[in-house]
Parts: sequence; C-alpha cells; structure tokens
Amino acid sequence: MPRAGILVDRPYERLTKEQVELIHQASMEILTAPGLISFNEEAVNILHSHGAAVESIPGDHRSWRVKIPEQVVLSAMDSVPGTVKLGARNPDNTIIMQGDEPRVYLITGSETNIWLDVDFPTYVHKSDASREIRVPEFKPRRGTVEDLCQSARVCEHLDMVDGFIRNVNIQDRDITEENKDVNKFFASLNNNTKHFMSGLTSLGQLDNVVRMAELIAGGKKALADNPIISFITCLVKSPLQFVDDTTGTFIEVCRRGLPVAVSSSPQAGTSAPIKEAGIMAQINAEVLAGITLGQLVKPGVPVLYGSVPVRARMDTLSDSYGAIETSQYNIDCVQMARFYGIPNYSTSGVCDSKIPGQQSSIERLFSDIVVAMSGPQYLHCAFGLLDCNSVFCLLQAVLDDAHFKMIKSFLRQPRIDQPEMEAVRKQIRAVAATPQKLYISYIRPVLRSGEISGIYPFEGSGEADDVFELAYEQMKDLLARPVEHIDQKTTARIFEEIPGILPRLNVYERES
Amino acid sequence: MSKDIIATIKENVIQGRKTQEDVGIDDSLAGTPGVVELVQQALDKNTSPQVIITEGLTAGMEVVGEKFSTKEYFIPDMLASAEAVGAAMDIMKPVLESANVETKGKFAIATVKGDIHDIGKNIVAILLKGAGYDVHDLGTDVPTEKVVGFVREERPGYLGLSALLTTTMIEMGVVIKALEESKLRSSVKVLIGGAAVSDEFAQEIGADAYCADAFAAVKVLDSYRQAG
Repeated sequence: MPRAGILVDRPYERLTKEQVELIHQASMEILTAPGLISFNEEAVNILHSHGAAVESIPGDHRSWRVKIPEQVVLSAMDSVPGTVKLGARNPDNTIIMQGDEPRVYLITGSETNIWLDVDFPTYVHKSDASREIRVPEFKPRRGTVEDLCQSARVCEHLDMVDGFIRNVNIQDRDITEENKDVNKFFASLNNNTKHFMSGLTSLGQLDNVVRMAELIAGGKKALADNPIISFITCLVKSPLQFVDDTTGTFIEVCRRGLPVAVSSSPQAGTSAPIKEAGIMAQINAEVLAGITLGQLVKPGVPVLYGSVPVRARMDTLSDSYGAIETSQYNIDCVQMARFYGIPNYSTSGVCDSKIPGQQSSIERLFSDIVVAMSGPQYLHCAFGLLDCNSVFCLLQAVLDDAHFKMIKSFLRQPRIDQPEMEAVRKQIRAVAATPQKLYISYIRPVLRSGEISGIYPFEGSGEADDVFELAYEQMKDLLARPVEHIDQKTTARIFEEIPGILPRLNVYERES
Repeated sequence: MSKDIIATIKENVIQGRKTQEDVGIDDSLAGTPGVVELVQQALDKNTSPQVIITEGLTAGMEVVGEKFSTKEYFIPDMLASAEAVGAAMDIMKPVLESANVETKGKFAIATVKGDIHDIGKNIVAILLKGAGYDVHDLGTDVPTEKVVGFVREERPGYLGLSALLTTTMIEMGVVIKALEESKLRSSVKVLIGGAAVSDEFAQEIGADAYCADAFAAVKVLDSYRQAG
C-alpha cells in the first residue's frame, strides 16, 4: 500500500480559468520572444533538432539564444506522464502522484549549510535563587554527514514526512566534490526507508549513485519499477537561462529514466517581475522549457513541475519566503501544474526567522496551511528549516511534524450525507429526552475512530510555555529509536562497488 | 461464580458500559451485559453489595482514574464509567438502605438563580455519583429559598453551587448568607465552581472551596471525608 498523503478534495485556487489561460499564453510567447539563453551546448542542439530557433550570442561565455515555438512545447508535453511513482526502500512508503489529483505528500528539504544544535541551560533569578528557568539556546555549526544520518533517522520516524530530500550539506573534512554525492545518498538511504530525492554535486557521480540505488532496489529493472531515488535540478536560472552544469546533469538524469523535478526559483523584484502576473508568466515559461527539454531527451521520462518562486525583501533584496506573496505565487504554480496535468513540486514552510520561535511558527504555518490547501502533490515543506533554508534544526522538524498533523486534520473532508444525517437526527432526539441533555456519551466512538483532532502535543502545564522542552524530549526519543538499515550483504556490495563512501558510515563494520 | 461476575462488573466499569447496548472503549464486550445488568444479576445471586461496590465498581473506577491520569482515557471515557457506576448505585440504593450501608455522603448541587447553564453542573453530578456520593441535582436557575429549604429538610453534608456568568455569581454569596441567617451554614460544606468564579471569590463570599473542574470537586469531597 502506498502512502496515503492528504487528499484535498476541493483545492483552494486563486486563478480563474481565464487567468490560467493568460499565463499559459504569455509563457508560450516568452519562450519565443525573448526565448532563453542557454549556456549548455547539448541542450541547444537537442532543442534545435526539434524545431527551436537558435542563435549564437557573442561574448566571453559560449551561449546561445534559444527560441522554443509553442508547437515544440505542446508536442513535448504530450509525452509527459500524468502519473509519477516515487518508490521507496520500504514499499509501504511509495508515493504515487497524479497530475490531476490534489493529493499532498509532505517532503523535507533543502540542502542547508548550517546545523543548529539545541541546549537548555538553566538560568537562576538574580534576586531569588529559588526561581529557575530553562531557556533554549541555539548553536549553529557546519553540517556533517553524521548530522545528515541523524536527520534521516528522525525523519524516518516523523509520521507526517512522506519523503526525504537531503537537508544537510555534508561538510566534513574528508568530504570532497568527488565523494559528496555517494556519501549523501548512502547516508540518507541507509537511515531512512522513505523515498529519497537529491540534487547532484558532480555529474561524474551520477552512475555511482544510480548503481547504489540498483543494488539496494535489487537490480536495474527493480529500480525502474521501484525508483527509490529521484533527482532535483535547477537547470533554469532566472531570468530565462539554461545553466551549463545543471542542464548537463538534467539531460543525463533524463537519459537514465529516473524521476526528476524540474525546478525554477525566480525572485520577484530582482530575477523576475515584482507583479504576480509577471513572475507567473516567467516561472511557468522556465519550468515548461525544462520539461520540454527533458521530454525531447527521453520521451515519457517522469518529471515534476518544480516551482520555488519567492518575493524579494525590500530592505535587503534577499529572498523573503515569509512574504505573503511567496505563498500566492506557489499556489498559482500548483494551479498551473494541474492545468498541464503534471504533478507539482511546490514549496511551503520556508521562513525568514533564524531560530525556532514565534516568528518561525507564524511564517511557516501560514504558508504551510494555504499552500497545502491548494493541493500540490509533492510539497517541499521545509521540515526543520530556518533562515530562508540555510539552517536546519531537528527541534524545528519535530515541531513541524506536529503542525502538519493539525493541517492534515483540518483538510479532512466533511462527512455530511444521508446516513450521517439520519444518525444525527436520532442522536438529537435521544439526548433531548434526557434530563441532563449532554451529548458526551456519543463522543467516545468518534474519539476512538480518530475523527477528532488531538490537542497540541507540546502543551505546557498551567501557564508554563514548555513547547520547546517537550519537543526536545520527543526529538531525543526519536533519535534513540532504531531504523531499518540496508542489509549487511547489500551494504558490503555497495562498499565494494561504489568508491568513496566513508567507512564510518558502514554500520556493520562499526558494530564489529 | 460471584468472583467472575464481580470481575466482569469491574471490566465493564473500565470499559464505560452502562448497559448491554453500549459498545465501550472497544468492541471486545459488545453485546454482553453491561454494569446495570451485571449488578442486577449479582444482587439476584445475593452477592454482598459491599463486595459489588468495593471490588467491582470502585476498583473499576480506580483503573479508569489511572488511565485518565496517564492520558490514555479522556473525560468522555471517565464520564461513561461514572455514569455506569451511578446507574449501578441507583439499583443498589434500596439494598444499601435496608442493609444500613452508608454512602460517601449526600451532595446537593444547583446552578444559582438567574443562570441556566448546566453543563459543568451535570458533569460534576455524574462524576460524584460515580465516585459513590448520593447526589441530588436541584437543577438550574434555582431560587435561594429552594436551596436553603433542601439543606434544612435533607441535611446534605455538601452543597455545590455553579454559575457561568459574572452577573449571576453574586447569587452564590446570597445563598451562603441565607444559610448563615438560617443557622444552617455550619451543617454543610459549600463548594463553588464555574467559569466566572475563582479561589479568591470563594474566600470573599465565605465558601469552603473553589473547584476548577469536576475532578477537583471529587478530590475536595474525598479530602473532607478523610479529614473526618
């Protein structure tokens, strides 16, 4: 049985049909005028051979202007699969997404440089030593491969996490450009049985990570049937530029037929127009350009319509994920992806706040709720991420899981039908006939069926705000729970065949 | 045989099954007799009412209390069990009276004059009845004279007054004053509760205790009993 996700029967939509058509038409026109600049020659050749107009741009960097006619885009879109399966080491964690079904799966991400440790020092009142208070203290440091293992372990046990995107950039001294990919893939896959998505640091490692996945899945065909890994590539840099290396990686991933998210992340105000109509027309054009290229490389390759739009902060011109408009853009993108019938990779929960607290909760909850209501299939909801996705904190991930349980409860569909109304009529008549006139005795079956949402799990006692301390206790509990590692025989084969994996990641060697 | 039936009564109290029609916490006992039917069967077999109470009903409620304190049970579960015990006590009342077995004490409860809110009052009544007290519910919007009259006639050891509104809570003080004037105040412990009142207000009007919720009421009454 695949994971259930959250089915949003009547998703929230901001755009009218006419507005969707207008955005689509504007994107088509943008793809021909001005078109895109490509710094990747192979992409130019592929697009040119299928009818795109290409023109070399003079300058220091080899680049071309590529104009992709509407017919080329529409023809390529015909081969995009409407259903995308993301496999998992544990088959029960499989994700099956349909482009026209607003069923939401909650996914971690992104790759952060900073890991935030949490401690609870005790402070004593200056004038009354008997009064003590424990206050969380956050200490940032560079992320390591052990941190990634810990994060993968905790996310394995967080109920609401449907899939795992590597969320810590591993920066150990013995991690290099060459061995980073195999180590981040192994650390994640070995500590988490859910679907794993990642970007690639080095194209040269693509075949090694695919081979690793084949060994774990049980062979080449088994991996094709159960794609336990997928990739994310930001091949388009806004505005409208195919980046050389990520486009090269994208082409190679497509050739191998594994699922890939085509992601674009324009910033309204700087790399995209500040107005909603403008950023939507542009991001849609950028994502469609990438999807078109992928289908021309390998028709039928499973892709996700990846959208990470953001508005610029007016005080610094850096990203403002906490801005209201950022959520609006994301919701619009969900609707555009549904228009094309392609599963959507969307974004929510990214916050501007640097540490867990009131600001982070408000910013992330706001976007988590409204974006989830729009029904994206693959929602990168920034579990544990802070400071515009540059910091990861396990404590925040535990808090986010609780918030998503509330959101899931909220998104349940109303159960109002004839049998229900008949039962309710009987109940009202029965209670009206009693002296106490209380419905409490009818609560119990509903309570046991899980239909009633729970109280906030980190509620303090009395007037104390114990949220952080209670979440911290749960975090420690989750860290202590075992996970199902890759079996010993497969681990041995991986270490034999795949070069560069750090010996300390072999749990069986550590045990012996 | 009586051992078996007592154990089954206890199990049904834990499940909160008043009658055969109740499902309980899960469906493991569905369709089997509930507390009411079982207590009647036990009495028919001349089982000692004392044994039914201590080893069946009270023992079951103790388990329910533990489950509630560990958050395995919620208030609806606690109330279902208390209601089952309360119904059993109704059946046993004549037997207890003829055997001169005393209850934990007589408790009168009322929502004061001008106030018709009764959810809290009803919950307190159910829980106290389930805890073994002889509960007399005087209703809502009860005139002071009626409360005083009941105390005079029935001599309850405890009186619970409830008010939700800031406009009606002053009636609690009126009742206490009327009890004093009728020379009845010393015969009855007065407990107050409701959203509008507080510990401070209880002291101000001369009540014996403020109860934040129904569980507090049970605790307060039990503490009075223990203190003798």
